[in-house]
Formats: sequence, structure tokens, C-alpha cells
Amino acid sequence: MKFSEAYEPVIGLEVHAQLLTESKAFCGCTTKFGNEPNTNVCPICLGMPGVLPVLNKNVVEFVIRMGLATNCRIAPRSIFARKNYFYPDLPKGYQISQYEEPICTGGYVEIDLEDGTRKKIGLTRIHMEEDAGKSIHDQDAQTLMDINRCGGPLIEIVSEPDVRSPREAYLYLYKIRQIVTYLGICDGNMEEGSLRCDANVSVRKKGETSFGTKTEVKNMNSFRNVERAIEFEMNRQLRMLEDGEAVVQETLLWDADKNAAYPMRSKEEAHDYRYFPDPDLVPVLVDEPWIERVKSNLPEHPTTRRDRFISEYSLPWYDANILCEERGIADFFEAEISHLHKDDGAKQKEKIKLVANWVMTSVLRELGQRKIRIEDFSLPTGRLASMIELQVDGTISSRISKELWDEMLESNEDPKVIIEKKGLAQVSDEGAIEKIVNEVLEKNKLQVEKFLSGSERVFGFFVGEVMKATKGKANPTLVNSILKRRLSETVLSK
Amino acid sequence: MQDFFIPSSLIIQEKCCLNDFEALHTQLIAGETSCEKITQAYLRRIEQKKNLHAFLHVFADEAAERARTVDRKLADGTAGPLAGMVIAVKDVICMKGHPVTCGSRMLENFISPYDATVIQRLDAADAVVIGKTNMDEFAMGSSTENSAFGVTLNPMDESRVPGGSSGGSAVAVAASMATTALGSDTGGSIRQPAALCGVVGLKPTYGRVSRYGLVAFASSFDQIGSFGSTVRDVAYVLQTIAGHDPCDSTSADLSVPDYLKALTGDVKGLRVGIPTEYFTSALEAEISGPIMQKVDLLKRHGASIKEISLPHSEYTIATYYILSTAEASSNLARYDGARYGRRAPGVKDLLEMYTQSRSEGFGNEVKRRIMLGTYVLSAGYYEAYYRKGQKVRRLIKQDFDRAFQEVDCLITPTSPTSAFKIG
Ligand SMILES: [Zn+2]
Repeated sequence: MKFSEAYEPVIGLEVHAQLLTESKAFCGCTTKFGNEPNTNVCPICLGMPGVLPVLNKNVVEFVIRMGLATNCRIAPRSIFARKNYFYPDLPKGYQISQYEEPICTGGYVEIDLEDGTRKKIGLTRIHMEEDAGKSIHDQDAQTLMDINRCGGPLIEIVSEPDVRSPREAYLYLYKIRQIVTYLGICDGNMEEGSLRCDANVSVRKKGETSFGTKTEVKNMNSFRNVERAIEFEMNRQLRMLEDGEAVVQETLLWDADKNAAYPMRSKEEAHDYRYFPDPDLVPVLVDEPWIERVKSNLPEHPTTRRDRFISEYSLPWYDANILCEERGIADFFEAEISHLHKDDGAKQKEKIKLVANWVMTSVLRELGQRKIRIEDFSLPTGRLASMIELQVDGTISSRISKELWDEMLESNEDPKVIIEKKGLAQVSDEGAIEKIVNEVLEKNKLQVEKFLSGSERVFGFFVGEVMKATKGKANPTLVNSILKRRLSETVLSK
Repeated sequence: MQDFFIPSSLIIQEKCCLNDFEALHTQLIAGETSCEKITQAYLRRIEQKKNLHAFLHVFADEAAERARTVDRKLADGTAGPLAGMVIAVKDVICMKGHPVTCGSRMLENFISPYDATVIQRLDAADAVVIGKTNMDEFAMGSSTENSAFGVTLNPMDESRVPGGSSGGSAVAVAASMATTALGSDTGGSIRQPAALCGVVGLKPTYGRVSRYGLVAFASSFDQIGSFGSTVRDVAYVLQTIAGHDPCDSTSADLSVPDYLKALTGDVKGLRVGIPTEYFTSALEAEISGPIMQKVDLLKRHGASIKEISLPHSEYTIATYYILSTAEASSNLARYDGARYGRRAPGVKDLLEMYTQSRSEGFGNEVKRRIMLGTYVLSAGYYEAYYRKGQKVRRLIKQDFDRAFQEVDCLITPTSPTSAFKIG
């Protein structure tokens, strides 16, 4: 047995999520991203002498949402603490955070493992805190400061050391992002830093219950990087143990370009944060009615919704999972479903599946090409549903529906109007189709001969010719049956 | 009980008396004087008594301009309740466009970009701010000798200290350079200089007055209060500055009573507590004698006197030092040379910028307290000092809660001695 096979990694994750409140956590400044440096500032977030923080109530509202969605206990009373350290992007010389009495404790999230089973990852706590500013080191060895982000609202989600592989870490982070975006409390963008993840990694012999010495890995700014960095660190520790070395507790920075993690300088990590309760803020009191109100306004949990899509719409797990990945996509899908005419079981299922297929392919492709979010997709609600109805009732062929879709996106017009205008309606007049079939057979005597001598492939050629002659509008089922009949009649007549 | 108040002693050659707001206001309303004349009288007085070094900044032109505005409002009948009051402000309270040095080299050239809530309220009530007063650096001290900008002298005896840290404000009132003055009190910084200068000083209950714009020393103790020549003058200021402020979460959301109406002079039935722990044999007769005379006076007017015990009194100073320095070490971290205030020139890296700027900017007393506060919060010492300090603080508070079930108020000495010699 390989050395590494006797070991397992023990991983805990700390995820910071930037909240989508309109103003910062403790002052009235906007949280808008991308403004000129140092314009979203005021004496409070600049840490001017004499200022005081006042808690933004929406920050509490948002963290309660997250706590409820992850099965946490919401503390009726929690307090803010100061985390003291010097850094130029920290104007007060301390960060307002929560330490001894956080607002959420003891929850869990469920992740979907690749073998189809679910696993619970415990949450130690979720707490509120404020963001720091940004240091920009320019080429002249000068450091410039941008305080815009400083004082922005964050929540930190701390997991139990329940994660057992880099893949599980990826899936956990993925689930956290799905939940925060569903709740509308964070945009979940890792590249822009609105979702940040640090990992605590250690390894131990399988079957052991105590933990090995852990290291902390930081600076992993994408989902892929989280998986790769943990993989790297896990293997590094295994190699050390295999060589009989001891793992040293330290903080490492992931370097995505070099595909490796390097220790931070010890001076940077030797922090005694001297936490103590912030005397400028009063305890956060959350009563039962507040929790109930938040609970009743909570959107459906993505996992619950996916399970419902499977049972209610008879969709395969794969489809339901893709549709529920983003709340906006799932909302779009369900809005279209609600515009379908009510039909009997089998037919309804067929239409729903068609809508699902259409969303998973054409809609997602369109969003990807235009680099927009579903919320910015301009197609009026119900258009896709009515297009599917027209396809199912035979007004248009499935081939034409693709043309109709493009036309719909272009003109934003109702599909019925477009069909009328462009003459896209399917030709289902048997006489007309038979006439065209006869013309095609007449024109292609050679191919008819081939067919009669057993070359079945030529059948497709005839269908193509008929479609070409009708600009794709001929009802394919009718074309098929008429062609078959006419060809067999030809055989008989020979 | 008029004789209970500090007698008006300093009357200058103006037609009005400069240390009684009500007298000033009455003359003002009667048209016998103007706000501008009053302000000019104080400005002359400040000039005459310059040697006391009560003020760090005097806003002569601006105060005169403000006074003329108040005079116009008086003529229109739109003047606020403090029209005619000229007030000095301790240089630890922010005023937009003005320095707020906190008596420190660190903030020598710093100009505040905003007004403290108390300043907004005083402005709205038409008080005129005449200047900013000297203080112990960052309000740490009890003599005003710890100011980076020189000592302030006690007007009663110029060889003695005025007390501190709000020494400049106490002197401004005692020497009639302002009708009243704002100070801040963390561990006696209003009460003690008031006692040493012979004026009335009030530290309101924590939470009664907004701290927004008061440069923090120890946030859970700091409170803005006022000095005056009479209890009524102090009440006028409190009436204006008290009350909830949405900018200060620790300000109490309670209605503000009518303090002036409450000052009837009637003490019949008032239950007065004398905490025995405060009157030990070590207390000088010079201090205990006059206090007991006043206790007798209250008794003669119908108050009941009761000895009570505050058993944890002996721990108050140690507790105060642990908790206040802990908070101070964090509150003063923002003075790092990065954004405003003093930055040492010619430093080679970030760490040197911090250490040099702070070494140059802070005086010794401030450095001592930052070090002590950092220590009591450090890993390994937090439990033994900070957390224990918090527990003892709760016990001390319980002493007072129990005492106030038996009595309405306590009489204690403010300082164990009278004003001591400078140096
Ligand atoms: Zn701000």
C-alpha cells in the first residue's frame, strides 16, 4: 500500500462573503464597486478621531438569513469585538468583528458527493465583521491606499474540520456560493473577491481521532485554486511525514501561477490580536419575531428546490441540478413553466422537458455569449413557453423553432406574430406535401432506383430535398409518412 | 439653599457679570447688553489672563461673527435658549474646520472634518464657542501638566495646578474667560479640576450625552460634561447636550428631564448617602471639614443623612487602570502616521513609520498607558487582568446599585487633596 493511502486530510474552511447591503456595516457610505478610489468614504470609515460606529441593521438581517439557511442557532444576544493589528489598510488599527459571542453557531450544509450521496459539513460559526481597505503597491515602491472597501460588511463562515478531500472542499465552497447567491446576500464572485476562502489543512492516519498539525492556506481566488491549493498542501504534508519530518504550524500563500504555496514571512503572521469587546457598540439583540419574519421571507433552499424539480416536474437529477444552480435560472424556468397550457400528464411532462432543454442549452449559451446574468436577459416572460406550445401543437417544426428563437431574441416580438410575418408556420397540408414529394421523386429518378435496390440511406436525401423545397416548414412526420407511402407505391407499381 | 453654590467672585468692569448665565441672559433679553459685547468682554479677559494658558486656540473673529448672528436672532425673536452663553471647549471635542490636538504633538496640525454632536447642539441653541482649551494629552492625567503645549495655571494660586485632564476648561470658567466650558471625564477629568479650581463640574451618567466627536480615551468610561460657576449654568448646558444620538449607539435612548425645573433648592426628604470607604482617617481635614459643613447644611434643610458602604471601593483604581488603558491602547492605534496626524520624516519602511511616528507623537504618560493596556489584553494575560477587571467592574457597579436603593444621592470628596504645586 502507498504511504499516502494510509492517511487522510482533515480540512476546515473559512469563507468570507461580502454582503450586498447598500451601505457599509458601520457608516452610511455606499458599498458600490468600481468607484474612483477613496470616494466611498466618510470620517467614520476613515477612522477619524472621535467617530463612532453604528451598526447597519441590514447586515444583521442578512446574517440571520444565512444562519437560517444553514441550520444555525441564532443567538438572541451577540457582541462585537475588536481585532487589533496595525496595517495601513485598517484605518482604526483594529477591525470590528465578532469573537466570543458570534451571532450564528452550530449549523451545517449538505454537499452532493460525486457518488450520489450527501454529506453534512458542520459549521462552527458565522459572524459579522467589517472589511479592510486595499493597499496598492506601485512600481516606485510607494504604497497607495484605497479605503472604498473599508468598513464594507462581511460575514465569515467557519466550518468544522469535516472536509476530507480537496474535491469536498470545492463542493462545499460551491454550495456556500449557491446558498449566498440564492439568499441574495452576496454575488458570490470569487475572482472579484466578494467570496474569499482560507483553508486549514492537516493530515492524519486513517482511523485516528486526534488531529495532526495544521497549516493555513490563503490567497486562493477561484474555485479551481481552492481545490488545487489544498491538493498541493495535503501532498506536501504527506511527503514531509513520509520523510520523517514534522509539519510546522504556519500560514501559506497560494501562488496560482507557480502552482505552489509558500510560507508567509513569520513577522506577518506573528499576531496577537488582543480581541476584546468593542465598547463603542451595544449587544446585537435578535428576538423571536425577527427570526420568524426572516424565516418566512426566506427563498426556497437550492437543495430543496432541486429535489422538488425532480419530483414535481419529473426531471432527471442532472437537469434539475443545472436548473437550480442559480436562483435566477430556476426562477426563469419556473416562470416559463407557469405559462404553459395545462395538459394531461404525459404531454405536460413532454413540454416541461422541452422547456428545460431549451433553458439548459439555448438560454445558457445566449447568456454565456453575451456575458450577462439571467436577470439582464431581456426576453419577456412566457415567450419560450408559447414557442414550445407552438412546437408541440405542430404549428412549427422543431427545426423552425431554432429560427424562431433567434428571431424572438432579435425583435423581442411574440412568436405568433413572427410566424405570421415570416410565414414560418409548418406546412401540414397533406396534398401540398404530397405534391412536393412527387416533384422530388420525379426529379431524382436515379436516387429512387438506388433506394429501390436497397440503399436505405437515400431516404434521408429525399427528406432533405422536401425540406429544402419547403424552406424547412414541412411537417417532418407527414413528410416521412408520405415519402414512405409514395416509395412503396413505386415499388408496387414496378 | 443659595449658599450651597459657589459664590460669584469674579466680576469685571463690564456692566454684566461674566460668570452667571442667567444674569447675562436676562440683561440680553432686556436689551442692556448684546451677545457681541459679552463675547468681546470674554475675549479681553482671555487676553488679560493669557499667562494662565487655559486656551490652545481662541476663535476671536469667528466668535464675534457668531455673536452678531445671535444678536440678529435676538432682534428677530428667533434666538435659541443659550443665546448669550459663551462657551469654551476642551480640545478633545471635534469642531469642523478647527484643530483638535488633544494636547498632543500627534494631532498638532490635524483639522477635524466634522462637528461633534454636542457642538451641533450648542450651535443650534445659539451658544458661542470662543476657543479650545488645554488638557492633559489624550485626557490622560490629572494636572494638565501632561499637555504637549505647556502647563495651565490655577487662577486661585498660579503656582498650583488646575487639575486635569480638563484643566483648561476649569480655568476658563474659574477665571471668567467663558460663561461655561465643555470637558470630558473618564476617571475624574471634569470633577477633579472643577474641585481644584472652585467651580461646578458635572460628569453626566454614561450614555446621557453623545460621545460622537469626542476623541476617545476609554470608550466605556468617557463622557462629555460641563463646567460652570453655578449648578444652574451647568444644568443649562446639560439640558442642551443631553439625549439620544443616532450617531452614538451607547447613548441612552431615554427622555431628558427638565433639569432646571428640578433645581428648586428644596431638599426636604432627600436621602443622602455618605460612603464610609471615602471618608477614611487619611483624608485631610481641609477636605473633609467643608464637606461635612455642607452635609450639615443639607440636614438642616430637611435631608436625611445615611452612612452606607461601597465595599469594593478599594479595587476601583486598579480596575479603572486595567480597563481604561486596555481600551486606550486600541483607541489610540489609529494614530499611526498613515492617514493623518504626525508622520515621522525619512523613514525606511512601514514598521519604522509606525514606531517613529508614535515615538515622536506621543508623550510619556500616553506611551505608558498604551503599553499597560496592550499588556493586559495580551494572550496569556487577558484572563488575569482584562477579564478579571470586567468582573470587578460589575461588582463595583452592584455596590452602587445597592446603595441607590437606600439613598437618592451620595456625597464624596472629589480629590483627596486641594490643588498641588506645579512640578
Ligand atoms: Zn463611511
